[in-house]
Amino acid sequence: MKDVSVLIGGKAGDGINSAGALVAQLLNHIGYHIYLYFDYPSLIRGGHNFAIIRGSGQGIGTCWKTLDFLLAINRETVEQHRERCSGDTAIIFNADQVKSAGQGIQVKSILAGENAPAIMGNSAIIGGFAKTAGIDWNVVEDVFKSHIPKGVDLNLKVAKRAYDQLETVHPVSKGTKPPYPLLTGNEAIGLGMVNGGLDAYVSYPMTPSSSLLHFLAEQKEKLGITVMHPENEIAVILMALGFAYTGKRSAVGTSGGGFCLMTEGLSLAGMAELPLTLLVSQRTGPSTGLPTYTAQSDLHFVLHAGQGEYPRLIVAPGDAAEALYWSAVAMNMAWKFQIPAFILSDKTLSEGTYSVDPAAISEVRSMDSPQWAGTAPYLRYADAPDGVSPITFPGMKDAVIKVNSYAHDEAGITTEDAHVVGQMTEKRLRKGEMLADEMQGYAGVNVSGLPGASTALFCWGSTKGVCNETAALLGLRVIQPVVLSPFPADQLKKAMAGVRKLIAVEENATAQLAVLAGRYGITADEKILRYDGRPFLPDDLLVKVQEMIV
Amino acid sequence: MTGRQIITDAQNTWCPGCGNFAIQHTLKNILTEMEQEGKSLDDVVLVTGIGCHAKIADYLNINSFYSIHGRAIPVATAIKLGNPRLTVVCCSGDGDSYAEGLDHLIFAAKRNINITVIVHNNRVYGLTTGQYTPTSPLGFKGKSTPGGTAEYPFNPVELMLASGASYVARGYTKNMDLLKKLISEGMAHRGFAFIDVLQICATFFPAADYYTPRVYELSGHDRSSFESACIKAREWDYNSDSRIALGTFFQRSLPCFDDAMAVHGMEQKDRQQAVRDLLTMRS
Repeated sequence: MKDVSVLIGGKAGDGINSAGALVAQLLNHIGYHIYLYFDYPSLIRGGHNFAIIRGSGQGIGTCWKTLDFLLAINRETVEQHRERCSGDTAIIFNADQVKSAGQGIQVKSILAGENAPAIMGNSAIIGGFAKTAGIDWNVVEDVFKSHIPKGVDLNLKVAKRAYDQLETVHPVSKGTKPPYPLLTGNEAIGLGMVNGGLDAYVSYPMTPSSSLLHFLAEQKEKLGITVMHPENEIAVILMALGFAYTGKRSAVGTSGGGFCLMTEGLSLAGMAELPLTLLVSQRTGPSTGLPTYTAQSDLHFVLHAGQGEYPRLIVAPGDAAEALYWSAVAMNMAWKFQIPAFILSDKTLSEGTYSVDPAAISEVRSMDSPQWAGTAPYLRYADAPDGVSPITFPGMKDAVIKVNSYAHDEAGITTEDAHVVGQMTEKRLRKGEMLADEMQGYAGVNVSGLPGASTALFCWGSTKGVCNETAALLGLRVIQPVVLSPFPADQLKKAMAGVRKLIAVEENATAQLAVLAGRYGITADEKILRYDGRPFLPDDLLVKVQEMIV
Repeated sequence: MTGRQIITDAQNTWCPGCGNFAIQHTLKNILTEMEQEGKSLDDVVLVTGIGCHAKIADYLNINSFYSIHGRAIPVATAIKLGNPRLTVVCCSGDGDSYAEGLDHLIFAAKRNINITVIVHNNRVYGLTTGQYTPTSPLGFKGKSTPGGTAEYPFNPVELMLASGASYVARGYTKNMDLLKKLISEGMAHRGFAFIDVLQICATFFPAADYYTPRVYELSGHDRSSFESACIKAREWDYNSDSRIALGTFFQRSLPCFDDAMAVHGMEQKDRQQAVRDLLTMRS
């Protein structure tokens, strides 16, 4: 089926994100796979917000420039996105605010006719879109009923008036795929954490991680979890470690600036061997940077954060389905090895919306540390052959459980004894070796596109989507490491077999994945980098890659 | 575990005459009595920061979380949330809770989390060999302020009253009977209990000659009156010369944060079903 691309825009406060989600559900309900990109400046009111909703016959994670539909709630939307329109683009607009070619909707008079509040104006635009695209009215009814929390009937009446006023000038194709769940990356990460046994989520608001805090806070009763928003990120990570000490599986979420504050707590997790899962969702830096725009520039920060040496897991999922799976894996690895486990995301993944095929969701095996056998004295840091000491929690009969940020002996008592310090350092590092062995059992490097192609795009995280489409058009291979620590060098070398030209595609200025791979003798021949806060568009990437492969 | 040895075999490295011995001894006596009353010490957790005070984590043979500087209280808060059955005692220093981690102290009071915070307030950094702290008097000559500090101390008792603490007391390491009473009361109190302990630092701030003639036990004081508590708290501002009240300034009953945050635990299979339900709702 032919792709369809819809942009809906207005000013901040116009409810563009929720209107975009409804458009996405309409396309979801007529057989499309969905990707939604939401673009907004860092402000509450005013400013230009837009969402691009793309439907495709296959799984996607990017948007092309050209639009099939432009839904303009204000004039700025038409002005800002004119270059995305072709002669075939259907422009549907709020005729109270916009003068344009295309199909105007008298929003004010429709609202007055139904005695409906201004907030329902978007329903008129969506109703108008549905008719223009030839989407049956019963689909609109179904979607509104399932996805509008309140005032469904009135919203439907408003939508119906616009639906009846417009003509089907740009019918879209329809498929037979049943509707799939649509999830943002952050929602997928949250549900993955819950599948991995999450008991407590602790977070201080910071874009683009906050929507996970909001989502889990909203769902905490349903999921039976604690959600806590404390005074700052320092308290966040220390609280998460307090939960872990009592046997509660905890996770934190933040972005680069908040993670800066967490690094002393991260190092404590490493030393005290407390399991911890962290979402770090990247945005454009340095410092406050562009709060609501994307980047992949914190890989090396996360890789090296915290004083001292201790093992860590870092996974960077490329879309919501991967986020759902790998977040559960991260939780389990944190508990199996008593280590910090990172889910490294970015604004594009965290706040983008994706179709998730329920049949393709893999079960994640639940894993835990060995439990204490009950023979006193309990040694929290018993020097086990694999480095993983049996675990137990306060309240356990006859166990004195001492965790310690200082160098300590097996019982957890502070020591400066050279032999013991060396022994415990080696014990912690052995966990890293066991983790690396364990991760061999997971597909830590995704290979897609044309498997035998001698040119490969080399990417990580959310750029998976744009690389896959570019590669499909040009007949290239895509190599996407999902596990970034311990680095899957062997898997990567296998994935590289027959590659003569490796092109790193990253949303940072220094090619951080390429630098990391370089340490393992894997060299990127070319680099395509973007660092202006915006995700790559396939249109642009296609041209740049073509220049490199002629 | 019953009849346990309450002091570990770890070598004690506090200076002779250190006030920390008095606090440790007091806690040891309280723990012994708890055991005698049939309470299991397996359900007690000690959380400490970093500094001389924090060595108590190595010395007391109970569950402990030896945290990092300034960060005992967020750990203690989450331990109480993670397992509300536990009795959580937080030993902290003045450098810890009045400087590096002041925010956590204020928020713990504000939340009325049911933990007991004992601040070993020796009014000097001991372990880093003698710098001023937030409660050192004006003009204190430490290694980082050889010409004397140019800032006034703050009054932690007044600060805790302003922050909403529901049990506020001050003890003195040279009055162990009272100290035991205050810590026991704090642990029995349902809510956030704060005990500022004027502690002798034998090496860097041996202030016994200053404290001993000035301290007195509060009597006839109405601890339920916030106004009376404020008046008594302001009598000595940790700087000027005046009588120093010891005892319980304030106590009131308030809903506890850990009760408000209580969650109904769920089996993992039920959680996974809830995830599947949520996915369906997003279709």
